[in-house]
Amino acid sequence: MSSRRVLVTGLSTYWGGRLAEALEASEEVEAIIGVDSRDPTRELERTEFVRVGTQHALLRRIVEAAEIDTVVDTRLIIDSVWASPGRAHENNVIGTMNVLAACGGPDSTVRKLVFKSSAHYYGCAQDDPAFFTEDMERPHPPRTSLERDIVEAEATVADFAEKSPDVSVSILRFANVLGPDVETSHRALFELPAVPVVLGFDPRYQFVHEDDVVGALDHLVHADLPGVFNVGADGVLALSEVVDLLGKRILPVLPPWGTALAAATLRRVGIELSPEMLGQLRYGRGLDNRLLKATGFAYRYTTRETVLKLAEQMRLAPILRGAGEPYRYEREVEEFLRRSPHVNRHRGRRHDGADGRAAPVAGYEDLEAGELGSLLGSLEPNDLAALRDHERATGARVEVLAAIDAALAGR
Amino acid sequence: MPSATIELREDLRRHLPGVEPERRLSDWGRSERIEGLVDRTLADFLYHHWFRCEVEGIENVPAAGGALLVANHSGALPPDAAMIAKAIREEHARPRPLNITVEHPFKDYPGFSMLLPKLGCVTAHPANLQRLLYDEESLVLLFPEGREGTRKLYKDRYRLRRFGRRGFVASALRAGVPIVPVCVVGAEEAAPIFAHLRLLKRLIGLQYFPLTPTFPHLGPLGAAAYLPAKFRIRFLEPVPVDSGGDDRAAIQTVAEEVRARIQETLFEMVGERYSVWY
Repeated sequence: MSSRRVLVTGLSTYWGGRLAEALEASEEVEAIIGVDSRDPTRELERTEFVRVGTQHALLRRIVEAAEIDTVVDTRLIIDSVWASPGRAHENNVIGTMNVLAACGGPDSTVRKLVFKSSAHYYGCAQDDPAFFTEDMERPHPPRTSLERDIVEAEATVADFAEKSPDVSVSILRFANVLGPDVETSHRALFELPAVPVVLGFDPRYQFVHEDDVVGALDHLVHADLPGVFNVGADGVLALSEVVDLLGKRILPVLPPWGTALAAATLRRVGIELSPEMLGQLRYGRGLDNRLLKATGFAYRYTTRETVLKLAEQMRLAPILRGAGEPYRYEREVEEFLRRSPHVNRHRGRRHDGADGRAAPVAGYEDLEAGELGSLLGSLEPNDLAALRDHERATGARVEVLAAIDAALAGR
Repeated sequence: MPSATIELREDLRRHLPGVEPERRLSDWGRSERIEGLVDRTLADFLYHHWFRCEVEGIENVPAAGGALLVANHSGALPPDAAMIAKAIREEHARPRPLNITVEHPFKDYPGFSMLLPKLGCVTAHPANLQRLLYDEESLVLLFPEGREGTRKLYKDRYRLRRFGRRGFVASALRAGVPIVPVCVVGAEEAAPIFAHLRLLKRLIGLQYFPLTPTFPHLGPLGAAAYLPAKFRIRFLEPVPVDSGGDDRAAIQTVAEEVRARIQETLFEMVGERYSVWY
């Protein structure tokens, strides 16, 4: 069965947004509906956004009304730095139950569930195998509250799979993600001038590139693959190798004994090391990624290439700072332009200025002078010149003209 | 959760990650550079000059395909594994790197945790054995006595302990590789343990705190100061494990046979030995 009508939960997470973008490009998918309790973080073309949390009665109504056949759950919180234990539990365990409740039942239209999980499911311990395979139980009970939540969430999903034999349930366990775009706590660690490590340990690390994460989710939406799959790029690097590729230095400031105490001290100076991360910094973790490869998925990057991509981005970051930010429209205006029957769409994205002359940039009229800075940074010189003429003819705001001139001079 | 994709598991060998020539470490954390450095200096000196290793039956180590080498174990900081690896490198017609299984608590010792994988040590986990033996078709060295072998006192020398790790036969069976028994004579005298200081062991939290001719009174390095005993290493004929399936009785039989062959050969070699030192 190929998915045609997809519901993405957690649309406003990085992964939900990226996946919706990828799905929009696919012709087979005729409807994409995204739900989240917060506003989406990405500009999406044909994804329908509904602001709803994980209240199952409401989700259920959406699923039924839109005849959803595939649910992709990307909500899972996998980094304890970014959410309190209470919120993580609420989201990961209670939220998962609610999503499953909305998908289940004898008259449900849902035929496929893709659940984004994490390699934190396996934990980190000294007696770990070098490569976890999907059929391995974790050797010890979970040690941190986040790991406990993830294990519990997966157990709920597995239970659901057992009770609904006609729904194809896939669980993806992702290794640590890195990439030029996504913010993770490991990236924050690597961006420090020197990378704090545990003295006397050189753990093995496996990463997966953000594009491959989206690719894997997309792959599972298009192929029917019930079961559990590890997702991690080819190659497991030692931390020393990673740091070397990034052109950084290792700083063994964490003592082998009393590591948690030292981590608490580092937290005071703003370096966040989650309990899961301390485990990884000590014992490391590797995944056996071959099962997913056997299903026909091809990774675009190896672990080494992923790290190199991040290194590239980190070198460029000081140069790109400020210039790369996309300009912001007010979302409601964008919505209005797209949907309102009163907007004349024959003119494309351009619409009339005050004196009947078109502004060279859509939505320009709605921006305040202060918001122009980032817009100007993203324009081509000839667009800038056109914009200057337009501003002269309409508002002729002095500070705006000066800003345009400055941007032009900067090219 | 039961996986409906079990048929995919069948042969995943062709999906093993490729080699990236730019990398200096393997996926297991092995470093050819550090290994080579230790090999050229310390291992070379110990092998040729200190222990003056004598090797027999090297042709019993298969030149291709996976094989599980199983040896007797001794010494506070055992030199036997390094010498077996060196023997294969020196004497074998087609030398291959040897993966040495170690107990997992080493992964928690600062320093050791960093160094051991670089030298080709992996923790003795059934999944690791399966991947090395079956998927990567490499040589793995395992000491089935485990910790018991290294703990034993000088008075018990060359008497094999219970094979605590019977799982090794199951691993070989599952991977379909032969077991090559290996006997090492000399290691017991090179690093004898006279007693265990239990109180200190508990205080420091090590696996054991042995009393040897040089340790602890010569400091931590004393644990690695070996007496210059003469080493004799004999590789025995491979024990095929393709028969029997993996029921417990078959595993027990093979384990006992391997143990008996190593024990008999050890007594024979010690009996033939003219002197401990040369």
